[in-house]
Amino acid sequence: MTTLQKSMLLVLMASVVGSFGAVFLKKGSANVAGHSLVSFINPSLALGVALYLASSVFYGFGIKGGQLSVLYPMISLGSIWTLIWSRMFFQEAITREKLFGLALILIGVTFVGIGS
Amino acid sequence: MSTFSTTPVRGPSRTASRKKSIFLVFTCTILGAAAQLLIKNGMDHLVLQPLAVLSNLPLIGGYVLYGLNTVLLVLALRDGELSQLYPIIAMTYVWVTLLSYTLLKEPPNWFKNIGIATIVIGVGVIGRGSRK
Repeated sequence: MTTLQKSMLLVLMASVVGSFGAVFLKKGSANVAGHSLVSFINPSLALGVALYLASSVFYGFGIKGGQLSVLYPMISLGSIWTLIWSRMFFQEAITREKLFGLALILIGVTFVGIGS
Repeated sequence: MSTFSTTPVRGPSRTASRKKSIFLVFTCTILGAAAQLLIKNGMDHLVLQPLAVLSNLPLIGGYVLYGLNTVLLVLALRDGELSQLYPIIAMTYVWVTLLSYTLLKEPPNWFKNIGIATIVIGVGVIGRGSRK
């Protein structure tokens, strides 16, 4: 496996793990009440934060391999996974605005990556 | 995996609370960008000794901002749609690029400029979707 392939695999893993982090943050957010900080301490939020941290470790090692033009857009793939999980687990609608907006964001991040 | 249950927001306050969620995530992206730059700065001066790490203010500040960021993100997610809020986090790229132009004096280029403009339009399109 080349260095770039290794980096791509790590960043892909970061995007998948991060998208599940977002799912558990969303799930845990339902238990957060008013301004009570104690309500932030619940298993789903803890798991969400842990997955986020894991994701940033994969990401950190991944982007070390360089070529941000390929790697930046890949981390944004997390938005696509999240769209799928939102529909599966929270019955959120996939609207035209979400698809079109997401496509623009992915194109934009690709350009920023190419310029970096 | 079974379906998770969350409390859906209904009624006339729905649009208002979604707007608030979008605003919260927007704030998160600014904090996230500041955190990234602080951590990058802290790492550049990193000395691996306990006392040195604890007195590395940019590094500590960066992680504190990340913590605050997470709290705001959770509050936003509570009242908003995950599929709408998550892509907005890409605004972080916009702030990091703009801050690296101004603070780090990195030379601007057309790819980055077109990229950040496209991200802003994309976030606008997703934000508009909350009007319904």
